[in-house]
Amino acid sequence: MTRERLINLLILLLMIAVPAWAYAVDEPFILTLTTKVAILALAGVGLNIALGLGGLISFGHAAFFGIGGYAMGILASHAQSYTPMMEWPLLIEGTKSMPVIWLVAMLTSALAALLIGALSLRTSGVYFIMITLAFGQMLYYFAISWPAYGGEDGLSIYVRNGFPGLNTLDPLQYLILCYVVLFIVIFLSSRLAKSAFGLALGGARQNAERVQTVGIAPYRVRLTAFVISGAVTGLAGALYADLNRFVSPTMFSWHTSGEIMVFVILGGVARLFGPVAGAALFIGMEHVLGGISEFWQVFLGLTLLAVVLFARGGLIGTLAGREVAHD
Amino acid sequence: MTRPVLSTHRICKSFGALEASKDVTLDLRPGEIHALIGPNGAGKSTLIKQIAGSLQPDRGEIRFMGRDVSALDTVARARMGLGRTFQISALAMEYTVLQNVLLGALGTQGNVFRFFGNALKDKGLRAMAEEALARVGLLDRATDLTGALSHGQRRLLEVAVALTLTPKAFVMDEPMAGLGTEGSARLTEFLDGLRVQAPILLVEHDMDAVFALADRISVLVYGQIIATGSIAEIRENPEVRTAYLGDDAI
Repeated sequence: MTRERLINLLILLLMIAVPAWAYAVDEPFILTLTTKVAILALAGVGLNIALGLGGLISFGHAAFFGIGGYAMGILASHAQSYTPMMEWPLLIEGTKSMPVIWLVAMLTSALAALLIGALSLRTSGVYFIMITLAFGQMLYYFAISWPAYGGEDGLSIYVRNGFPGLNTLDPLQYLILCYVVLFIVIFLSSRLAKSAFGLALGGARQNAERVQTVGIAPYRVRLTAFVISGAVTGLAGALYADLNRFVSPTMFSWHTSGEIMVFVILGGVARLFGPVAGAALFIGMEHVLGGISEFWQVFLGLTLLAVVLFARGGLIGTLAGREVAHD
Repeated sequence: MTRPVLSTHRICKSFGALEASKDVTLDLRPGEIHALIGPNGAGKSTLIKQIAGSLQPDRGEIRFMGRDVSALDTVARARMGLGRTFQISALAMEYTVLQNVLLGALGTQGNVFRFFGNALKDKGLRAMAEEALARVGLLDRATDLTGALSHGQRRLLEVAVALTLTPKAFVMDEPMAGLGTEGSARLTEFLDGLRVQAPILLVEHDMDAVFALADRISVLVYGQIIATGSIAEIRENPEVRTAYLGDDAI
């Protein structure tokens, strides 16, 4: 077993131990906090597909996070006010069913990623970062100025959406549901990294000319990765909005993009459990240090600086050492 | 005369006032090694880029496998079977040796959009990749990181990746660059056997290698081909002697 696997296992155990303890001593707030970590980690896992595997530094993943959030907000708000979203030519009603909301969230954010990616991926480097940022901000201002769905105030949902067979308002049940989603996605992304597609994507990241020379078009590979990445982050957005029962334009803001990127960098770029470690560290710091001082982000900044300067592989990279060549 | 596999017809390319290619016409026939030589700055790399598709000529036509490929990009030409190696190794350095060759096999096989199966365990890809590695003698380094290879081994790996494409023609930009005498001799021997599989357009500075390998030589000076012919013809060509080789080189 490699060291990274050992560390992943340790993270996994912690992920189970913390909520188990919180449940035993009846601390529902810790359960909610853990759920938040799981959901933000999921958003990071999504970004990691583009950023880690594909080397695509997207500074606009808040776009997909927000679209996922608004997919939930819009569908649920129509369902709770019993007003259809559209009557003609098709009758489309809102819904309070999570599986349907997730599907819509993933499809709409995938579509957005296709459009944003198709344009942004024609550039690279700093221009790519700036264009993705611009798209994210565009959606942010759009959400602010769209009064039908709350504008600046956002949308509140009274009751968390339902999942067949579960009481999602129970913190533990919602946490388990989010965990299951997170683990499925982590498993799929580990398969993706090793697949033929992953090989081509990583090749395109390291040397685009190399990939072209063997007859693979980097653009198509990157665009596909960007779409998958956006869909996963969109799903996380829907879960996050459901956790808070609230969605606001903040989900679209560039701070959100930055935070998702910080999870990935703190935990370890391209590491399978990197976003989980990063999100846990981030939320942990926010919770513990935030209680001491409202300037807790100073410490976050210092940590990030330390990681970037001294621990390029992030938390997991530092603990696990260099990635070993695997057969 | 047999039909050429690869040919250029009067291609021109200028960068501002600099004419990097002036009416360049050359062809690559089945089974031959055609060496392209010329002093530094003669436009050899520019010509190779146009043939490979990473640079568009201003005028003229490039034909490959009986088709006009001038409008096709690098990817499309690679898919048709144009195997290219670079002057400066273009490999995925963070990948293992095997992964680099697998990438080539993947390009040949054509189905990149598979998201689940482990590419390292794909029997078809792996067989193709290992065969190519065995041919250049790098099979025992398969699990090493590419970045850990010596310069000479990287050059061999580039050739191995090109082999996985089962090319119809090779275009090699200075494969001997930076190799020691021994490395050059080994690669020369290998390329000698390769011409039966597919003809090679070889850009090379190493005159020992050129004279050992070439069936025909073209001399490029200031973007123009001043002579094409057998080794003997080139050696005796007075224009070549003054422009490039110098009296003592031959």
